[in-house]
Order: sequence, then structure tokens, then C-alpha cells
Amino acid sequence: MTRLRLTGIDKAFGATQALRGVSLAVAAGEVHALIGENGAGKSTLMKVLSGVVRPDAGTMELDGAPYLPSDTLAARRHGVAMIYQELSLAPHLSAWENIVLGSEPHRLGWLDKKEARARARGALARLAHGHLDLDRAAGEFSIAEQQVIEIARALLAEPRVLIMDEPTSSLTQADTERLFAVVRQLRAEGVSVIYISHFLEEVRQVADRFTVLKDGQTVGSGELAAVSQAEIVRLMVGREVRKLYPARTGRPGAVVLTLRAPSGPALELRAGEILGVAGLIGAGRTELLRAVFGLDKSALYVTTPARRWAEGVGFLSENRKEEGLMLPLSVAENTTLTKFSALARGGWLRTGGIEAVTADWIGRLGIKTRGPKQAVGELSGGNQQKVALARLLQHPAKILLLDEPTRGIDVGSKAQIYALIAQLAAEGRAVVLVSSYLPELFGLCDRIAVMRRGALVECRDRAAWTEPELMTVAVGAAA
Amino acid sequence: MKKLLSKFGPFLGLVLVIGLFSLSGEIRDYFLSYANFKIILTQTVIVAIGALGMTLIIVSGGIDLSVGSVIALCSVVGALLIQQAWPLVAVVLTVIACGGLVGLLNGGAIAVLRVTPFIITLGMLGIARGVAKWLANNETVNYDASPLNGWMTTADPFGWALPAGAWVALGLAVITAVMLRHTVFGRHIFALGSNEATARLCGVATTRTKVLIYALAGCFFGLAGLMQLSRLRQGDPTVAVGVELDIIAAVIIGGASLNGGVGTVLGSMIGALIMAVLRNGSQQMGWPTYFQEIIIGAVIIAAVFLDRLRQAKRE
Repeated sequence: MTRLRLTGIDKAFGATQALRGVSLAVAAGEVHALIGENGAGKSTLMKVLSGVVRPDAGTMELDGAPYLPSDTLAARRHGVAMIYQELSLAPHLSAWENIVLGSEPHRLGWLDKKEARARARGALARLAHGHLDLDRAAGEFSIAEQQVIEIARALLAEPRVLIMDEPTSSLTQADTERLFAVVRQLRAEGVSVIYISHFLEEVRQVADRFTVLKDGQTVGSGELAAVSQAEIVRLMVGREVRKLYPARTGRPGAVVLTLRAPSGPALELRAGEILGVAGLIGAGRTELLRAVFGLDKSALYVTTPARRWAEGVGFLSENRKEEGLMLPLSVAENTTLTKFSALARGGWLRTGGIEAVTADWIGRLGIKTRGPKQAVGELSGGNQQKVALARLLQHPAKILLLDEPTRGIDVGSKAQIYALIAQLAAEGRAVVLVSSYLPELFGLCDRIAVMRRGALVECRDRAAWTEPELMTVAVGAAA
Repeated sequence: MKKLLSKFGPFLGLVLVIGLFSLSGEIRDYFLSYANFKIILTQTVIVAIGALGMTLIIVSGGIDLSVGSVIALCSVVGALLIQQAWPLVAVVLTVIACGGLVGLLNGGAIAVLRVTPFIITLGMLGIARGVAKWLANNETVNYDASPLNGWMTTADPFGWALPAGAWVALGLAVITAVMLRHTVFGRHIFALGSNEATARLCGVATTRTKVLIYALAGCFFGLAGLMQLSRLRQGDPTVAVGVELDIIAAVIIGGASLNGGVGTVLGSMIGALIMAVLRNGSQQMGWPTYFQEIIIGAVIIAAVFLDRLRQAKRE
């Protein structure tokens, strides 16, 4: 039975045609993967589905009845709920308050707390998370638990279609497994799940069918089991991505930096080397980079970001929206921020100068933007990340500390960023790459170090690791 | 332990302030007397009632800078109505409605025009003050006598009875606290301040809730205006300049966050008491008013700094 059917959906924003005759069919009790590069139109399609924007043309049917929500609330009432990539909980409210928010049981405005808590408990129990403390403030839960709370909230509305946008982008392996169990549970209950993700391996584990979007059009759909990974990638990028990871050449030079965690061996970073840092979320990888860069106080490093920049050390934050970039400011300002004084004359910033420098980098990194003056916040995630990288590169930093440089960006952009990192190493720069995505560490690094509970545990040449071995060290299980 | 500390932080602050003034042998006896306690309570009433309304607004993530002007406007309106020989009940209700109307305008402009509360209420600060002076013909509005005059005083200054105003403030504090904790509207105020986008997504009527918050708070400010009128026994359009800062300070000292989502009525009430004790103690020490202003400014900064430490520890 078809739960949701979209036919010939068009949507234009000004001169940009975001969707062109898109069709999508999702059965009841099916997990349907929606795949596509950033800018392919996935977000717009989901906005159409969840009532944020109205399509210009086309029809939508929900269980055979016409469906055209006027806003997100109307969509929810029809049973179409969305779990956003950026979690949307009220951090100060308790777990149960978040779950019943907007549909609180009450008598004449007087909150029925007993009933509310019972409903919250019931929804969490359906997700096998009945053990969570209902009275704790939502902001104090782990990211994975917050996500479960958000899904529980959506469940209260008895959704027919649940849309999940990149739900695992900030989860550890174990939490991802748990989330999959939740998704499978929902499927068993007959809920249709639209699952958006860049992680193709992951999509295969959880989804039944897929639809690929490219440039606002549906370019393929079918059973996941019937197609190979390479075919999906070909559909996505419209070309064969033969090799996601570039070949590495050159050999490491002199020691340029020593990495020290509060405990464990010190690691020497050499020019021309890419050193990977693996570990679970919360293992202290980000803290290590931040201490090295002087962002957080540390007994091991006495320095400041300004001094580090002057020494030629660059840092790419994992949190590009809140820390890495200034979203309302232009591409040019974001790119050249660290070199304002070099680009100014007597304190007078020459706009033309910084825009010319930036235009050069836009070309080199293939940043999709209307120009240096466009606000960074208007770009897609992958292009935002390229702007953040452009800042590091134009500086030019000799040592690059990269924290999750490919989080939440599409395969095409990933391949470009990998190529860029490899090229930088070939030019003799030293790179520290923190990543939760093992294939990219194995694909790119010369050596991989593992952190666990704040300590650097072990470091080996890439060839001396296997993925299972590395995971064993990361979780601290006996080998 | 930490939770206890954050819960009783403002209370400890109050004990500390009282303790410090008690160190001085000169003023200790009178400062700690019941008569002075009564005076402090009475002096707290206006800021306390204002702080109740401000707590709603700040918890919802907003701010209202127009309170001082609204108090003056309402006190003028009240005095004019008493001049017209309106019965007390009608005066009280009309003055509260007048404050509520200003709040409604504030809330409506914030929610519908989508301009930040800071700007809208900054504008209203000027407008309300101007209207107050206009209505009062730019002079004080005097009247012969009114039962209202007894609200902020008691017949016997050394007796046990508290003035009516203190009871009104206390009663409202209890009602507001219960409303914030146990009603859907109260929890929506917290949701709005904690994450407005989420609240809207979940179907909370954010526009209506916001307008209601400012209107309700306006009613509190109208009542504070009545108390001001009762204290001065005349309508003065130039009164209560800068009171909004005392009120905001009381709410912040009481543990609320200017970012919204956090705050309690009990905390705000203790914050209001701290402000009153500081002023009362400084006066008895014979410190000049400019010195009091410096101290109160420093206390506000210290309170917010301590709060940040507390928050940081929790994370």
C-alpha cells in the first residue's frame, strides 16, 4: 500500500529551480532512503512535505487522500512529522515537558502532570528508552538521548510518515545501532520513515528502498538490495566516483608539533604528514585540538589562538555553524578574517582587496556561491565547510588541525575536500585529522592515533591497523 | 548539593547582605528590629510586584524597559480617577487595565511587527512617560483623600500588622508561582524562552502566548503604579524613573537568565528583597545615594557572574 505519493513537484525560489517534476512513493511500514548531494533538493523536498513551503506545481497524496499542508502544524496533524538535523528541544525543560510540548493534557489550562508523564513514559518505552529520567532537563542528556526524546515527541502525534534528516551525523557507532533499532521498531509498527543520510553504508543497513535526487530531479529509485554502492554514487554525482580517496605521495619531513593529551604517549607530527585521530564521541579528541590551539586552558599548552595563527597553525572547528563561521557575514569576510591586518592599510580594510582574494579561493575550491559578498549562512553545508577551509588555506597555515572536516556534507564535496587535504600534505603541510568516520581515516591518513577517555592510547601506521582492531582499542575492550 | 546551592543561592545572598549590615554596631539594633523589617517589606512592594511581571517576560526570553514609565502613567491615571470621585474598586480595575493595555501594545508590536522587545519597550518608555505628563498637564495630580492611601502604610508603625500592599504582593507571588509551574500557559512561557523555534514547531501559539505575557505583565506594572500612587498620595508623572532597572536586577539576582528559559518567582522575590535591604541598610549607614548606586551596580554584576559560575559547573 502506498502511504505517500508525490508526483511532478516543482518549486522555484526566485530564479533558482530547486525542484523539477520530482516524484516519490513511500509504502506504509517502509524505510525509504532519500539520497542526494547537498543542493540536490532534498531539504526543499522535505520542506514541501513538512509544510514549511508550498510547491509551485504537482500533487501529493497521503493514504490516497490529497495532502497539501499549510504549515508544519498542519503537517503534524496529518501525521507527517520531521526530526531535524539540528535538534529542536527546549534545553531547559524536562524530558517529559519536551515530549508533550504543544499537546499537554490539561483541565481548563491546569496541567495534568500525571497524565503527561505517563504519555511521555509510554512514548519512550515504545522506543526502548523507558529508563530515561523524565525529570532531567533535556539539555543535560547526551545527543543520542536527545534525539530519542525528539522522536518520542513525534510519536505522540501518531505519525504516519516520519522524516529523519541526517539523524546519525553526530552519533557514535553504538548509538547509531540503537537508533537503527528504534527505526526498525517504527517500521514494524507500520510507520513510514523517510531517511536522509550521506552515509551510504548506513543507509544500506536500515533502509528498504531508495530515491536519488540530483539537481532537483528524481534520477533513480528502487530496492536498495538490487543496486551496488557504486551505482548509487553514480546516480548521485552523475559520474563515476572511482576513487573517493586520493593517492598519497611524498614522505614526512621534520617534526613540527608535538601532541600531548593529559595522559598517554606524546605524538610527534611531521611536515607533510596526515595524522588521524580516532575515538568515540567524548573521548577527548576535540579537547585535544582545542588545547593545542589555545582555545581551552590546558596545563600542557600555554598559548592563544592569535599566537597559534601567527605561528602558522590553523584550526577548523567541528561546529561550523556556531563557532567556525560567522553565518550572517559574507564569504569574503569569513575567508579573510585571520588576515585582516595584512589586507588593510593603516587599519583601513580594503573591501576590494579581500573580495579579490576571496574570489580566487572560490574558484580554487569550487565553492558554489553568488560571489564573495554573499552571506555564508545562505550556502549549503558543504560549501560552508569549503569557506572555513579557504580561511585556513589562504592564511596560509603550515599545520592544520581539522576537526570533523566532512561532517554533514555530501559525497561530491567530501571527495573534493579529501583531494585538497592530500594536496596540502604533498605541499609539505602537516595535518591532524579528527574524524568519527573510520573509512576516511583509513583512506587518507599516514598514521592513526586512538583516544579513549581523554588519553592518547595508541598510534600506529595506517597499514598496521584494521577497522575492528581500532574499534576495539577505542571502546577499551580487551583485545 | 550543587542543585541545592543553585536553588538557595539568592537566599544565601540575602542572608549575606543582612549579615554584613548587622556587623555595624551602630545600626544593628534598629536594622534587625521588626519595625525596620516591616519598612523593608513595604519598600519592596513596588519592585516585587514589578518583578513578578518581569519574571514572566524574562523567562519567555524577552525584556521590558518601559516599566518605570508605565508605573508613572498608571499612578497619574489613578490620581485623575480619584479626582473624578470614582469608587475605589473601579479605580483599581481601571488602573490595572491601563497597565495591561500598555503591555498589550508592547506584546502586539513585538509579536506582530517582529521587532525585538528591547527596541519596542525602549520606545514605549518614552511614549508612556510622555502620555503621563500630557494627562497630568506636566504637574503632579493631587486629591484630597482616598482609601488607597492606607495600602502602603499601617496605622501603627510599631504594631505587628503588615500593610495591605505587602499582602497583595505576597498573594500574587504565590499565584504567579503556581501559574508558572502548573498551567499549560506557564510551561509554554518556559518553552518560549528556552527554544522559540521548537515551541512553534510543536504547535505552541507563540504569537498569542507572547502578547498574553506582555499584557499580563502590564497588569502587574499597573498594580505597581497603584502602589506608587498609594505611597506618594499624589499622581506624579516624573516618578519611578529607572525603576525598570531595579526590577530587572531583582529578577536576574533571583537566578533568571536574560537568555530566557530559566527563572523562578521565589528567586525574583528574594532578589527584590536584596535590593530593598541594600537601600535600607545603606541609608541607615548614612551612605550618600551615589554610593548606594555604585554598590547596587556592583551587586548586579556579582550576581550574574556567580550565576555563570554555577551554570558552568553544572555542565
